[in-house]
Amino acid sequence: MLIVSGLACSRGERRLFADVGFSLDAGEWLHVQGENGAGKTSLMRLLVGLSPADAGEVRWRGEPTPCLEFRRDLVYLGHHAAVKEDLTPLENLRLSAALDGIALDERDALAALIRLGLRGREDLPVRVLSAGQKRRVLLARLLTRPAVLWVLDEAFNALDVAAVKLLGELIAEHLAHGGMAVLTSHQPLPVPGGRTLVL
Amino acid sequence: MSAFLATVRRDLLLALRRKSEVLTAVFFFVIVTSLFPLGIGPEPVLLKKIAPGILWVAALLATLLGLPRLFAADHGDGTLEQMALSPSPLGLLVAGKILAHWLLCGLPLVLLAPVLGLQFDLDASALGILTLALLLGTPLLSLIGAIGAALTLGVRGGGVLLALLVLPLYIPALIFGAGAVEAHIAGLEVGGHLSLLAAMLVLAAFFAPWATTAALRIALE
Amino acid sequence: MRQSLIHWFKYGSPQSFYPLAGRMIPWFWAAAALFGIAGLWISFFVAPTDAQQGEGYRIIFVHVPASWMSMFIYLVMAFWAGLGLALNTRVSAMMAQALAPTGALMAALSLLTGAFWGKPMWGTWWVWDARLTSELILFFLYLGFMALQAAIDDPRRADKAGAILALVGVVNIPIIYFSVKWWNTLHQGSTINLTKAPSMAQTMLWGMLLMALAFWMYSIAVALMRVRAIILERERHTEWVKHAVE
Repeated sequence: MLIVSGLACSRGERRLFADVGFSLDAGEWLHVQGENGAGKTSLMRLLVGLSPADAGEVRWRGEPTPCLEFRRDLVYLGHHAAVKEDLTPLENLRLSAALDGIALDERDALAALIRLGLRGREDLPVRVLSAGQKRRVLLARLLTRPAVLWVLDEAFNALDVAAVKLLGELIAEHLAHGGMAVLTSHQPLPVPGGRTLVL
Repeated sequence: MSAFLATVRRDLLLALRRKSEVLTAVFFFVIVTSLFPLGIGPEPVLLKKIAPGILWVAALLATLLGLPRLFAADHGDGTLEQMALSPSPLGLLVAGKILAHWLLCGLPLVLLAPVLGLQFDLDASALGILTLALLLGTPLLSLIGAIGAALTLGVRGGGVLLALLVLPLYIPALIFGAGAVEAHIAGLEVGGHLSLLAAMLVLAAFFAPWATTAALRIALE
Repeated sequence: MRQSLIHWFKYGSPQSFYPLAGRMIPWFWAAAALFGIAGLWISFFVAPTDAQQGEGYRIIFVHVPASWMSMFIYLVMAFWAGLGLALNTRVSAMMAQALAPTGALMAALSLLTGAFWGKPMWGTWWVWDARLTSELILFFLYLGFMALQAAIDDPRRADKAGAILALVGVVNIPIIYFSVKWWNTLHQGSTINLTKAPSMAQTMLWGMLLMALAFWMYSIAVALMRVRAIILERERHTEWVKHAVE
């Protein structure tokens, strides 16, 4: 399904990595590890198609990316909160779905927020929430966006113990339903199985 | 198409929660146009002669004032990345953002211009032409400005650079926009001015979102 | 066909373009000097003194070629920038970057000589003539291009952003030019047309053409020198540059 081959990336004059390749099938996940500055985030951005690679290619269902099908099947959550401070969690979730061209009714959006432990916070502006709660608003998108490939860059940062456990469960569920995931993190992840790629 | 409208709605909602940012540009427009009579003197004949130029230059600068914020907030909090990776075409979302920018920063100027024109002793028909010219011209300013805003996104000294990039490109809009009002005051036909403004608007509506999208993808790399 | 395509792409790499440019530079300098000497000789000694404008008119032998070159260089710059954007060839983006200062210089020269001409002719340094005004705007466009490239640290991003700006500029230049011309005819009265010198003599045309060729050759030579400097700077971490500099 996802085939990555020969990826290379350099920042300025420094070669970050070269000849990175892996493949993922339904139900598999990859844990990308490496020291600070090893290029984990760069690899994620190359993978999703935000930056061009020096060499190599990413294929999704046999087609070279970026293609429409890939973007439809992909959820990428990066370092940024990617939520609007002036909107409520509910508005954030529903508007980002609308931008993606996905119909999301209020009930489903609310259910996703409650699953992420934001009951009672759905109508407050995100500005007044804590960093961890903001992160949860973003993570709610994993539930509302029907995607096959999850690319999560340091998604476990700023989360408390309960949220780390919850995210682990979400990923395990996703994989059980035939999804795929590429995760970066420094700590061991509470997700069974998976392969490791060290940069 | 629904994604386009959703973008417009989202940006309007965001602006509604932060009213001050929109009002700044409008106040700027009012203050700048009111400064000219104070600097030049209250001579009605002279004021009437320079009114179209002053109102247009002030509109240009007021639009410029709102441009750096067009993409900066979405770039800063990572929303722009999500837009670039969205299944909806980025060009469509960008077009929605440009329309929202015009509704927030351009349309208020169009609506205010006739009131400010009264300060310069313009008669009713001249005010009508001024409003019509601004109605055609301000979306053009938003469209061209969006390219500059995308090119200078996250760049050192972006605001000043943006002015340097965008203002020369605004000159045709200024010439035909202010020219329409001047021609009308001089008793000439204004159809040519207005149709040229409209033609430039159509041209920009086709190409500017595309160029802006390309520039945004570069800024995200 | 295929062979020649590969041949051209070979010179698209900085490593093979660097020595090629080095070999070409002296030839362009020589051509610039040759055309320059011939052009100056015609413009100072052969071309007749103008009945109305006296000797002062001779500044058009610099003014007109400089104006031509300033517009032409923008087109060439946009062409290289667009090529770099489309094919991702690094040398073409560097060419665009190298041409910009020369283009700006030509625009500045045109403005300056226009002012020097205007003072004795019309008694004022500046008139809002359509051509002078367009030239001023063109100068601003060059400055914007250079400022944008200078403000972006990552050269790859600078190249691409500059390319988009150059292409947007190229679409806009005719619009700007015609709008300024129209604006100028609308405000008749202060209009003085620079290029309609009464009955341009054949020798004057020859002088201008030779000077334009000299400016052209000079521009190529300088752009190639600048491109070599840019290549060295950007490729300084590669092996071949370390060898080339030694």
